[in-house]
Amino acid sequence: MGDLRPDFVGIEALPGDLAEAVLGQSATPETVAAFRKELKLDLPPHVRYVAWLGAFVRGDFGNSLANRRPVADLISWRFANSLLLAGVTALIAVPVAVILGILAALYRNTVFDRLISMATLSTISFPEFFVAYILIALLSVRVALFPSIANINADMTLGQKLYAICLPCLTLAMVVTAHMMRQTRAAIINILASPFIEMANLKGLRRLRVVVLHAFPNALSPVINVIALNLAYLVVGVVIVEVVFVYPGLGQLLVDSVSKRDIPVVQASGLIFAATYVMLNLLADVLSIVSNPRLRNPR
Amino acid sequence: MTALLKLLRSAPFSARLGMGMVLITLLAAILAPAIAPYGETAVTGDVWLPASSSHWVGTDNLGRDLFSRLLFGARNTIAIAFLITALSFGVGTVWGFLAATVGGWIDQLLSRGVDILMAFPTLIFALMVLSVVGTSIPALVVVIALLDSTRVFRLSRAVAMDIAVMEYVEAARLRGEGLWWLMRHEILPNAMPPLVAEFGLRFCFVFLFIAALSFLGLGIQPPTADWGSMVRENAGAITFGIYTPLWPAGAIAFLTVGVNLIVDWFLHVASGLED
Amino acid sequence: MSRLKSLEQVLSAGNLSRRAFIAYASAMGLAAAVSPMAFPSKANAEGPKRGGRLRLGLNGGATSDTLDPGIQLAMMPQVLVYGALANSLVEIDADGRPAPELAERWESTPDAKKWIFYLRKGVEFHNGKTMDADDVIDSINWHLKPGTKSAAKALVESIVSMKKEDKYTLAFELKSGNADFPFTLSDYHLVVGPQGTDLSTGVFTGGYKIKTFEPGVRAFAVRNPNYFKSDRAWFDEVEILGINDVNARTNALKTGQIDVMNRCDLKTVHLFKRMPGIQVMRQDGFKHFTFAMRTDMAPYDNNDVRLALKYAVDREQMVKTILRGYGRVGNDHPISVANRYHAGDLPQRQYDPDKARFHLKKAGLDGATFKLHAAEAAFKGAVDAGVLYREQAAKAGITIDVVREPNDGYWSNVWMKKPWCAVFWGGRPTEDMMFSTAYAKGAAWNDTFWDHPRFNELLVSARAELDEDKRRAMYGEMQRIVRDDGGVVVPMFSADLAAASDTIGHGKLAANWELDGFRAPERWWFKS
Repeated sequence: MGDLRPDFVGIEALPGDLAEAVLGQSATPETVAAFRKELKLDLPPHVRYVAWLGAFVRGDFGNSLANRRPVADLISWRFANSLLLAGVTALIAVPVAVILGILAALYRNTVFDRLISMATLSTISFPEFFVAYILIALLSVRVALFPSIANINADMTLGQKLYAICLPCLTLAMVVTAHMMRQTRAAIINILASPFIEMANLKGLRRLRVVVLHAFPNALSPVINVIALNLAYLVVGVVIVEVVFVYPGLGQLLVDSVSKRDIPVVQASGLIFAATYVMLNLLADVLSIVSNPRLRNPR
Repeated sequence: MTALLKLLRSAPFSARLGMGMVLITLLAAILAPAIAPYGETAVTGDVWLPASSSHWVGTDNLGRDLFSRLLFGARNTIAIAFLITALSFGVGTVWGFLAATVGGWIDQLLSRGVDILMAFPTLIFALMVLSVVGTSIPALVVVIALLDSTRVFRLSRAVAMDIAVMEYVEAARLRGEGLWWLMRHEILPNAMPPLVAEFGLRFCFVFLFIAALSFLGLGIQPPTADWGSMVRENAGAITFGIYTPLWPAGAIAFLTVGVNLIVDWFLHVASGLED
Repeated sequence: MSRLKSLEQVLSAGNLSRRAFIAYASAMGLAAAVSPMAFPSKANAEGPKRGGRLRLGLNGGATSDTLDPGIQLAMMPQVLVYGALANSLVEIDADGRPAPELAERWESTPDAKKWIFYLRKGVEFHNGKTMDADDVIDSINWHLKPGTKSAAKALVESIVSMKKEDKYTLAFELKSGNADFPFTLSDYHLVVGPQGTDLSTGVFTGGYKIKTFEPGVRAFAVRNPNYFKSDRAWFDEVEILGINDVNARTNALKTGQIDVMNRCDLKTVHLFKRMPGIQVMRQDGFKHFTFAMRTDMAPYDNNDVRLALKYAVDREQMVKTILRGYGRVGNDHPISVANRYHAGDLPQRQYDPDKARFHLKKAGLDGATFKLHAAEAAFKGAVDAGVLYREQAAKAGITIDVVREPNDGYWSNVWMKKPWCAVFWGGRPTEDMMFSTAYAKGAAWNDTFWDHPRFNELLVSARAELDEDKRRAMYGEMQRIVRDDGGVVVPMFSADLAAASDTIGHGKLAANWELDGFRAPERWWFKS
């Protein structure tokens, strides 16, 4: 539950509240007051928080303050969309990144290594939205391969959905691959200097075998951490890609809700993000420990 | 000093190239007022003019000379990004090493604290904080640095965890060395390679983060030129086949590649591998 | 009032030109109360055709939107509710005149205090109920419920009483005379739903029935087969997608994923125009951008400071650079050329660094720095406009410091709080609405905190004045007062730019709101 606090406290600390935010320029003192009363914003924050927590424990996320819809309805399908996008992207990006990383470490300082390095670095040097615009310009406007917006809805089949999210997945894959690939490469190279690798080399084992079977497993810990970070990012941090591709994910909802001060929605999405994040990191920690025998026995 | 010179002389071509690229950018940044043909904010022509003799790489979305803005942008971008990255690494590594070395409830406290901070999307967190404190440059630097430091914390903790269980650290510990000494003399040198690699990337991510913020309406105050915001301001042109936004994006890529070529070389040297 | 009826007959017989009819009707103090059938529709030239799914990609939708007609804050629900699902008593036609919709005709007493509206018979709601006067009364009272959040509350509060004369006749009594009352009833909040129902469920009288509504994301509606207008609502289905990023909208239209988009990117619209298969539509409406100074705060309480800043802006360059030419220069008052009583004879204020310098000196503020607060949330290009203004003012020796504010919370934290800030105004179809909303003493949105006795006096008398010429003179004087004394710099009026695929057909575009007065789903069609 501790994870709920930052967003609640954070949003409570923001100036203004939903009444003013929703009404925007149309806010008059009278309508704002009416809004506040209806939404119980006139009660002190801790009273509302306790009430929310009580309802949440009973499995009730409450209603959105802004449009009175149940928060669970607003969030559930968007979260499913976010997971779909993150999942497909990860399926592409993680293997590519790890394989490229291993290859780059294997053929380090060769032309191949440099090329991969330059290419991946260049892709991450471009802001996400710009990568997206370039991909749209090339693959959607110039050559009509993929749709430029990925506004998936419940009536579509999985195949149609997958086709619609091609470009956002590609964009995100380009953004996250470089980071993971470079960490993989760095971690492996770091291990290659260890005595046991020298030993393996001296034994006359093939380079590929040394890197993949000896060095890579020992470099797993940092690699897993970087992958976990990037996966978490894919679930929670893709607001901009959602905006550019009009993808109905959780990020867009969260930005809207923050700017509208719609506290129940922010709390619930915050909770989901926190849960996703903690799970991924827990997983990363567990896998790190499993992969490094030294960590298995606590001091 | 001579050792450094010797090291530099032994640098492979790629590292020299990287150094050259960074040097060019630095020179552009330092000499911007002297070599820029126009002022940073002066409107000098029509919007999105193609490259010509009076505007070497054309004009931007307000009709300002893009070349001049790129030069001035180099100053702001590099200074701000360096400040942010240095700050975030300062904060992140100290706490990360501390958590890994001491372990126990301090590690738990720090890690869970960072988890809470990280659980909320950085961009949205920054959005919330910056809406309160405003988007002055100092505020941007501190907010982004602190948010970034959570990432650095996790990485440095993970790396240091592996090192902290090494025999030589155990030995030092048994010798009765202090915590600070352990962190500085045993863990830091051995944790350097992944951290430096991360530094190179983080440094460049900062521009992108600023660009993302400006996409959502925050970021650096105009008319100050910075590469990230320049990409944002001109991005729409790309779908019409106008290449203006490629220039600032290319500048970011140029510096990123340059910095990381040096980082690669450093990694290589640090790893002690011969080939 | 049978005179009006006979007038309509004369008109139908073709003995009176449309213009003459309107002039005559206005002179009688009767806003043009004539059924659409009376004029042969010009839109028919290309022959509207039924069928197809209209896909609109709109900026201005949020997950917090609702269908409640009282809380229509964004373009997506506005087009959905006012343009597809619902009707008001009065609509604004392509020429900016009130035209009958759910009301067939109306009339008023000479002091414009009492109005009688005759409702159209046989109009059916989506739930099958037939509309009568009780539904109208109930729908207007929706905005007066205790604890209402309706933005139309202030409008409706000018009504003292509503009386049902018979099933289809409704009498309104107003607090004070208002010659523009039919305009009031054309407001997009004041749509009519069935009595006793929750109006936020989307059940109205309009040409389409709501099927799904996912706020900020997607809305889907199908044609209402029992619609009371036979020459409207041509599409079988209407789909509205919320697309807030302008480049995403542009690309979606280019790639044929949507048929219509609103709010084109001004920077690229000239390139867009050249693309085959795309039509760009321009409406010169009431929308204007202002830099509002709080006249109750130093230094802006000094009119010389205000004048200095008004002279320090190069409007031509603003229109050229910020609006890319898609707009008109402002004259430091909020009345647009699309308004009826726009004072065209009022000399245009020009960029004059010398005069600006002179006034600043007179105010004794040489070398002072003025902080201009702006954000993209104020209006698109607001920050750029501020930067441009800074450059222009610098030539007059005036230092402007542009403070970029966060978009988030701009309207609650900056607007009406900071002494000088950038403001967006959608404008109002009548002079009275515009002035009463933002320039009258004590008005809730008087963002310059301006109080000018002569202006306030004129505002009240002009409102009830039925004589066209006298009214014109009064509004002319008011525009001059705002220009020379008011707290706003109005550098420009922005045109609305929408774009559509070539296959979309439409008549003359109404300028009162974007997309043909929000009415694209109702008025447009697919060409064969």
